[in-house]
Amino acid sequence: MERNLHRQLANMKKSLFDQGYLDEQFIQLEELQDAANPNFVEEVVTMYYRDSARLIQNIDHALEKNPLDFAKLDNYMHQFKGSSCSIGAKKLKNECTQFKEYCETGNGEGCKRTFQQVKKEYAALKKKLEHYFQFARQVGPVEKACRPK
Amino acid sequence: MNLGGLQAVKSMSVPSSSLSRKSGDGVSDQFPAGLRVLVVDDDPICLLILEKMLKKCLYEVTKCNRAELALNYLRENKNGYDIVISDVHMPDMDGFKLLEHVGLEMDLPVIMMSADDGKKVVMKGITHGAVDYLIKPVRIEALKNIWQHVVRKNKDEYKGKDCEQTGSVEDGEQQQKPPEDAEYSSSANEGNWKNSKKRKDEEDEAEERDDTSSLKKPRVVWSVELHQQFVTAVNHLGLDKAVPKKILELMNVPGLTRENVASHLQYRLYLRRLSGVSQHQNGLNNAFMGPTDATFGSMSSFNGIELQALASSGQLPPQSLAIIQAAALGRATNKSPVPVPLVDQRNLFSFESPKLRFGEDSLLNNNSKQINLLHGIPTNMEPKQLATLHQSAQSLGNLNMQLQSQSSQSGSLLTQRPQSQPRTPLLNEINGSHVSTLPSSLGQPIMSQALPSSVLPRNGIENVRGGTFGSVSQPSSALDFSVNHGTEFPGNSFPLMSNSGIPILTSKGMLQEEVKSEMKVPRGYLPNYDTFDELNQNRTQDWGVQTDGSTFDVSQHSNLQGSLDVSPSILVQQGFSSNLKSEQSRNIPVSKATFAVGDSRAGNISNPSQQLNSSPADISQRIKAERLPNMGFQNTFFPEQFGQDDLMSALLKQQEGTGAVESEFGFDGYHLDNLPV
Repeated sequence: MERNLHRQLANMKKSLFDQGYLDEQFIQLEELQDAANPNFVEEVVTMYYRDSARLIQNIDHALEKNPLDFAKLDNYMHQFKGSSCSIGAKKLKNECTQFKEYCETGNGEGCKRTFQQVKKEYAALKKKLEHYFQFARQVGPVEKACRPK
Repeated sequence: MNLGGLQAVKSMSVPSSSLSRKSGDGVSDQFPAGLRVLVVDDDPICLLILEKMLKKCLYEVTKCNRAELALNYLRENKNGYDIVISDVHMPDMDGFKLLEHVGLEMDLPVIMMSADDGKKVVMKGITHGAVDYLIKPVRIEALKNIWQHVVRKNKDEYKGKDCEQTGSVEDGEQQQKPPEDAEYSSSANEGNWKNSKKRKDEEDEAEERDDTSSLKKPRVVWSVELHQQFVTAVNHLGLDKAVPKKILELMNVPGLTRENVASHLQYRLYLRRLSGVSQHQNGLNNAFMGPTDATFGSMSSFNGIELQALASSGQLPPQSLAIIQAAALGRATNKSPVPVPLVDQRNLFSFESPKLRFGEDSLLNNNSKQINLLHGIPTNMEPKQLATLHQSAQSLGNLNMQLQSQSSQSGSLLTQRPQSQPRTPLLNEINGSHVSTLPSSLGQPIMSQALPSSVLPRNGIENVRGGTFGSVSQPSSALDFSVNHGTEFPGNSFPLMSNSGIPILTSKGMLQEEVKSEMKVPRGYLPNYDTFDELNQNRTQDWGVQTDGSTFDVSQHSNLQGSLDVSPSILVQQGFSSNLKSEQSRNIPVSKATFAVGDSRAGNISNPSQQLNSSPADISQRIKAERLPNMGFQNTFFPEQFGQDDLMSALLKQQEGTGAVESEFGFDGYHLDNLPV
């Protein structure tokens, strides 16, 4: 049973990677988990969602302004991108990069469009990770980081 | 952990104990465990992850989410950390500013990191002295090896003490800024210069070296008080006599070695240059001065002192001048031949220019006369500056000095815009004192340097920097230069430096800032034509750099005056370039170099000699085109441009006189390679 659960968990993780939600950085985080910090990754991700919610709000407000302050938007997004890539959110990171490019070229429509994508990916990943961690807790705290095959 | 590496280090006769506080001969296996790292990042997630990773590497980690807090930690516990890792984008303080502070005050290796992997940002990290630049997300593998930077730094410091001839300072600095070599093609020269200088100084220190070679001295932290003592000693000795040994004796600080002082002297010059650029100047100045508000004042005083020393020494002994300039210019000199287009250089050297500025500032102060006017001294200063400059600008020799001082001043001003006020007094006094004494040779390098900063030369406007100098327009009203300068000069400064070596560097720094301002104003045409003439005169002498060798006579000035459109930066460049070259000949080739860089608007500029004699219109045109490109150093004569015919004539006279001086100096002083030791 345990093995089954473990395997299930491993498959979950694998699919997250295959679908491009997560990248190598997530593995790095998992490798930091040890007996002293068994839920390190979950803690980090939770913290991330808490902090980045504020950034998302800021960007939303900034996008409503007219005219758009691209420097500010770029700044917010830079912070958001930094956090996102720290937890290994691959798709999210790419959307952020796209957003920043639009900021540089002053493409307001592009920014707004991309940000919708960002929010979508952000929400989707959050759900998936919540599911994953819930399952991981069930499986047991000794889940070791393993690279998806 | 790379024990092999550790062994290798040991083989370099660096005591293992010096490598790591925790490792000794017997516990080298543990190294680099226990390395004390300070992490600074406003993103709590990154901070948490980094902390975890560093702990996994068995390092001792201290987290910090604000740069000010980090500095406090560092200051309170001077020897409590081995290395600092800092994010680039932070809300309360720019990561680069923190980098400067740490480098200046604590001399610790600093690693920058950011999600931004743009080449410009990475380059900025390099020029500001970061030992490494990590792209986020940071992997643990990257962190595992950060201990190498600590070892390297210690090794260099040790080696420096052991064998100064190789330029311990140089080594240390080199280690800090290896990438800078790319920027400063003259780093080798700088090194040589340092070597030659050091050799002389060190001959009597041989025994001292031997004694210390066996053990690594604890790193000396240059606190504000210590630095003040250092500055006082330097001032007391006079720039030309400020050799590390004497400074050490004057300071009379137990435990301080000559090597420490020598390193500090070099490092200060470097930092001054760095900060000269402007943005970080404030920070740098602060760092330079210590985390006190006196930064500004101290900087100026330091510069002023140096300048005064220069001034008093009259011909600014090649040695001192060389030292200062070499240090300042050293970096710049390598940059490229004068004709290098400023534009390209600008970006590259933007970082450098600040440094140069500083270096130049001191030199320039001598030239306060002219330069003040020209430098876009911060708005406050401008009116005063101009006034001061006018009066003092009469003498040619001074011109050089002034230009330089101005540039230095302006440089400092530029960078320190916010601090313009403090500067003003400094500049004013500097201007007055320097006006007369600097030999033309000195002036030249200064001019070139000054030019960038002084803006005046270039734009004829004191407001070298559009930002701070906004007010410069006073005398010259046209000085919008300040805005233009900033950007333009950077490019110029390099070419200049290479020629003359030092002057260019400073000018470069200044130029950059100035270039930014908007060249549009014919700032060079400041009403201070008098000074301008003088400058021109000097310039002609100095302009050997540029190519034409033709002297940039007053005619140029007049031209410049007329067509200030070019924007002061160009003028400056010319001056600088000429200065740089001045070594060889005052010929103004500057015009060439400076103008050449830029656009062909000026067209004529390329032939300074011709232009000089030609109507001012030509010059102005050239200026326009070139704007800054050459200005950097060569165009220290820019001030000339502003000047009117009298200025030119004054300059010419001075140049003649300075010509002799130059030989004394051996313009070698300017050439890093030939710096007389």
